[in-house]
Parts: sequence; C-alpha cells; structure tokens
Amino acid sequence: MRIFVNGEERELDGTISVTELLERLALPARRVAVERNRSVLSRADWDTELLTEGDRIEIVHFVGGG
Amino acid sequence: MSDKFLLAGKEFSSRLIIGTGKYRNYEEMRAAHRASGAEMVTVAVNRVPLDGKTESFLDYLDPAMQILPNTAGCFDAEHAVRTARLAREALGTEWIKLEVIGDPITLLPDNEQTLGAAKVLVKEGFIVLPYFSDDLIMAKKLLDAGCPAVMPLAAPIGSGLGVQNPANLRIMREQLPDATIIVDAGVGVPSDAAIAMELGADAILMNTAIAEAGRPEQMAKAMKLAVEAGRLAYLSGRMPKRLYASASSPLAGAIK
Repeated sequence: MRIFVNGEERELDGTISVTELLERLALPARRVAVERNRSVLSRADWDTELLTEGDRIEIVHFVGGG
Repeated sequence: MSDKFLLAGKEFSSRLIIGTGKYRNYEEMRAAHRASGAEMVTVAVNRVPLDGKTESFLDYLDPAMQILPNTAGCFDAEHAVRTARLAREALGTEWIKLEVIGDPITLLPDNEQTLGAAKVLVKEGFIVLPYFSDDLIMAKKLLDAGCPAVMPLAAPIGSGLGVQNPANLRIMREQLPDATIIVDAGVGVPSDAAIAMELGADAILMNTAIAEAGRPEQMAKAMKLAVEAGRLAYLSGRMPKRLYASASSPLAGAIK
C-alpha cells in the first residue's frame, strides 16, 4: 500500500493504524498532531483509524517561531 | 499600581509576548525568556522530520509559560485553519496566533484571507489573535468576527525597522478605545517598543529583536523595561507638542 507522509511517498506492508504508523516511523506520540486527507484526527482515534491506499498524512510538531 | 493585561478573560502581569524562533541555542532562549518577564510565548507548527531526529522543543520552555501556537507559513485561509486545528489537537489549547501571509518577500499579511480564517476559527471555539496590516476597518471586522484582540504590525516581520506607522496605530487606538491592540512585528530596539506602547498598544509581540541581539538575555530585559516605560507613559498622558519653546524656569525675575 502506498501513502504519502509529510509529502513523502511511503510503501506500507499490510493494513496499519495511525498509532502503528507513528511507531514504524519512530516518532514520539506526545505533542504531535496528525491529519489525514486534510482532516485533523483526534488522538482518541489513532488506534482505530486504519490507513488506506493513497492517504495523505501530515504529522506535525512544534518548532521555534514568532 | 495594578495594571494587569487582560486578554480573552486571562490576566497577565507582563505586556510582552515573545517568540521562540531564531535563537542560537535553547539555553540562550530560556535565559532570554526569563529575563523578559513574558508569560506567553509563540511557537510554530511544522512537519516532523521523518529521519527520526525529533527532539521535543517544547520541553525547553518554562512550563509556567502559556504557549501560543501560530499559523506561520500559511498563505491562505484553508491552510491556516488546518494548522490551527492541528495545534489545538496537539497542545489542547484554543489559543491561536492567526497569521496568513500574502507574499514571501515582504511577509505582509493577507488581511482578506486572515478575516476569512478568523471567522471559521472563532465559530470552532478558538481564541483567535490575528496578525494583520494596520488597517482600522479590518481591525473592526476582525473584532466583529469575535477576535478578542487585534495584532497590527509595526513593520515587516523580522525587519527591525521600528514603528513605521505611528499615525495608523494612533488612529486605531483612538477609534477603538475598548479594543485590545497588540503590536506584532517590526520592533528592533527597546525605543521602538516604548513608542508602540506610548501610542496606546496594550501589549507587544516580538521575536527577532531579542533572538538576533548580540546578547539576547540582556536585550530581553531591556525590552521588558521599555514596554513597562511605554505603558506608564501612555497612562500618564504625554505633554502637548509645541512648535516653539516653553520656558521651564520663570523668565520674569531673572537678574538684569
């Protein structure tokens, strides 16, 4: 299955949830937010939300800014 | 004298809001934050790097600081709204500094897109603090849309040019006496901050003027003092300007 994460194309084996995607990418779950096809995902849904072919995922965190 | 800064129902002692960008390192940033006396800091929302090199920037902030996420880097209302929603989900805060930029050279705000995004976000329960160009009519529209404050620029972001628009800021203050006005962007040195406060701004938001100073901690303290001085001066009421002199010592009675 092919998805896009932060604009980068990724090949995934099998069907995985958002939580599993974060684990595979070795990203911390704390203080990040995830958007799927332009809709923000509630953290409560990360375990049950399964990714599908062509999904566009944005994962954001915080950096210095003004 | 108690002169608290009230913003969206929250009380602040400091009228200085500062950024977290451009510091040479986190230690320098923390020291500057402490010296500034600020109680609220801005942060930006950004894609996480996928190379596994993430560190939690927020851990370097004083936990007592209120975090104000921004929508920097957004060039239309839709991206700004999406960014605000992501920030709220990640931080659990309704507060957002709304910033919709019109072009990458000047980084001047797109007021029309900003207003559009503000309307959507206010309906969704956000506390929207909009950065915008110093236009009185747009300020009124943003307030009518439900923004608890407006944040006109004094000069382009990161320019350090100082207050380029004293007349517009004064008009905004006089025509909107009850509005909360936060001057955001353009301050370079403490005298700029003092001028903005003397013109009646309720608070000032700055980043580069402190972060890019040779000694950010010292500059942060200077900014704190300037904001306080400017505020006191505004509350004191300035003397009128005159074209000609007005003697301070009695002219009559001088020896001949």
